[in-house]
Amino acid sequence: MAVIKENTLIKTKTVGKKIFVYLLLIPISIFMVLPYFWILITSLKTVAEVFHSPIIIFSRNMGLFNFRDAIDKGVLIRLWNTFFISFTATILRLFFCALAGYGFAKFRFPGRNILFSVLIASMIVPFAVVLVPLYIMMVNFHWIDTFLPLIIPGAASAFGIFFMRQYIRTIPDELLDAARIDGCSEFGIFTRVIIPVITPGLISLGLIFFMQVWNDFLLPLVILKTPENQTLPVMIASLFGVPGKTNMYTLQMAIAVISITPLIIIFLIFQRRFTAGITAGAVKG
Amino acid sequence: MTTSTRLLTRMKESWGEVKKKKWAYTFISPFYILFAIFSVYPIIFSIYLSFTKWKGFGPKVFVGLANYERLLGDYIFWQSIRNGVIIFFLYVPIMTLLALVLAVILNAKFFRFFQIFRTMLFVPYVTTMIAVGYVFKMMMNTKYGLFNMVLTSIGLPAVPWLDNIWWARVSLSILIIWAWLGYNMVIMLAGLQTIPKDLVEAATIDGASPVQAFFRITVPLMRPIILFSVILSTIGSFGLFNEIYALTTVGYTMGGPMYATITPLVYIYQQAFQNFNFSYASAVSYVYFAIIFVLTLLQLKYLGREE
Repeated sequence: MAVIKENTLIKTKTVGKKIFVYLLLIPISIFMVLPYFWILITSLKTVAEVFHSPIIIFSRNMGLFNFRDAIDKGVLIRLWNTFFISFTATILRLFFCALAGYGFAKFRFPGRNILFSVLIASMIVPFAVVLVPLYIMMVNFHWIDTFLPLIIPGAASAFGIFFMRQYIRTIPDELLDAARIDGCSEFGIFTRVIIPVITPGLISLGLIFFMQVWNDFLLPLVILKTPENQTLPVMIASLFGVPGKTNMYTLQMAIAVISITPLIIIFLIFQRRFTAGITAGAVKG
Repeated sequence: MTTSTRLLTRMKESWGEVKKKKWAYTFISPFYILFAIFSVYPIIFSIYLSFTKWKGFGPKVFVGLANYERLLGDYIFWQSIRNGVIIFFLYVPIMTLLALVLAVILNAKFFRFFQIFRTMLFVPYVTTMIAVGYVFKMMMNTKYGLFNMVLTSIGLPAVPWLDNIWWARVSLSILIIWAWLGYNMVIMLAGLQTIPKDLVEAATIDGASPVQAFFRITVPLMRPIILFSVILSTIGSFGLFNEIYALTTVGYTMGGPMYATITPLVYIYQQAFQNFNFSYASAVSYVYFAIIFVLTLLQLKYLGREE
């Protein structure tokens, strides 16, 4: 008797738990998905249907015309710009981060601790402090309206070096010594021994870098002046109507679809690598 | 082994060390070179700039502490600092608690679809913020927006999402929670996986309710992770920019209504790139840096200390 009673008690407990969990998760899920749904729906609407009373969700007029309009307004060149900047910046950053991570993980040299502390401390400096003087510097370099300010200054990230150092530390020294005895140069060890071993880590870090640069807004906004040089986020913002003009929400949302979709696809493919990269810094740090 | 050969091997070894060190310095140098050119030099230049009056062209006139004096009495600057604090309190407690609760649920793995749910929550992290800002602006339109349509259709009053000082801050917080809940949840989940499961189980067997187990065992053990997440959120709420650029810009004025959602970063941007007052913007960025530096230290001291 007692046993049965206890079992039913546990059962009602888990049922109660389940109800609580679903009551929490279902509204949150709707809230999370809603903006994506609304971006997609709006990108297929006509301007007149955006702010309409009663609200229009689906209509007969829906079509891909906003995407055609976006292509006419040069969305493809901006897509290429965004991709080019993100890709170049990512590759360069990964190279410098892995190299410095190797230097810190596997060598002992005078000043290592101080240099490493400087590296960590540099992460505290907020971007806001650098923004204004960096912009003036870019003006003096004649780098305004080029992609260089978006690629070069961030080419070695402190977070990335820290990440790679933690990763490379786990590689046994014997592996490196064996290569050294075989007459491999230190740089040769880096390219032939280290790089192949740390590829999973490089993918994790590379995904974070790529995503960050792709979605970056403030720096491209102040640097890229000519419309043809802009990135997708800047293009979306530039379409926001000036006072007195109707806002092109539909066109904005079509470009938003073009900007968001590639990253979501990459994310869905590499989800595990992505979260591994995010959590490594937080839990170990 | 004779002394001379030992000496010779040691010399050889140390020569190898020097050669290795040369490599090490070469490997780490790119970061320090870039850091010196693109961070240290600009920061020093910016100190100099903050003591001058300069609008982007012509000679720089030395004005001493005039920019800092102006800043002390600058209502909008202090409003931006206040907003950072207000917005922090509006979203951080809710988001952190929700992230932790969701992480505990997903960690228990007793319900289906948790993989899909985790993905759903985390996708905003890779999503172009500026685009999401505009879609929220659309959905939060007072007259024709989706949110008010839903509210009025179930008999609730319409909400002035972006037209009222406090509602605009709440709306901004909703957008931030949407964007960062999943990120924080994933960090908490990783932290939870380092906690031995038996601890919570043992407590439940001893008669503790799930709520008690959560606050007595999970929360204290997760303290470092929670601290990490809260510090990131503090820096984040003063440095909000994209969200405000998209969501609360009215006409050419960012951070409305009535400066209710302006943040220090937005104010620096306005001063530098809309008013071309580079020297004043530099002064603002210094005081801003000092304030968040002190805030972070205080948080580390008070939230980070052991019980």
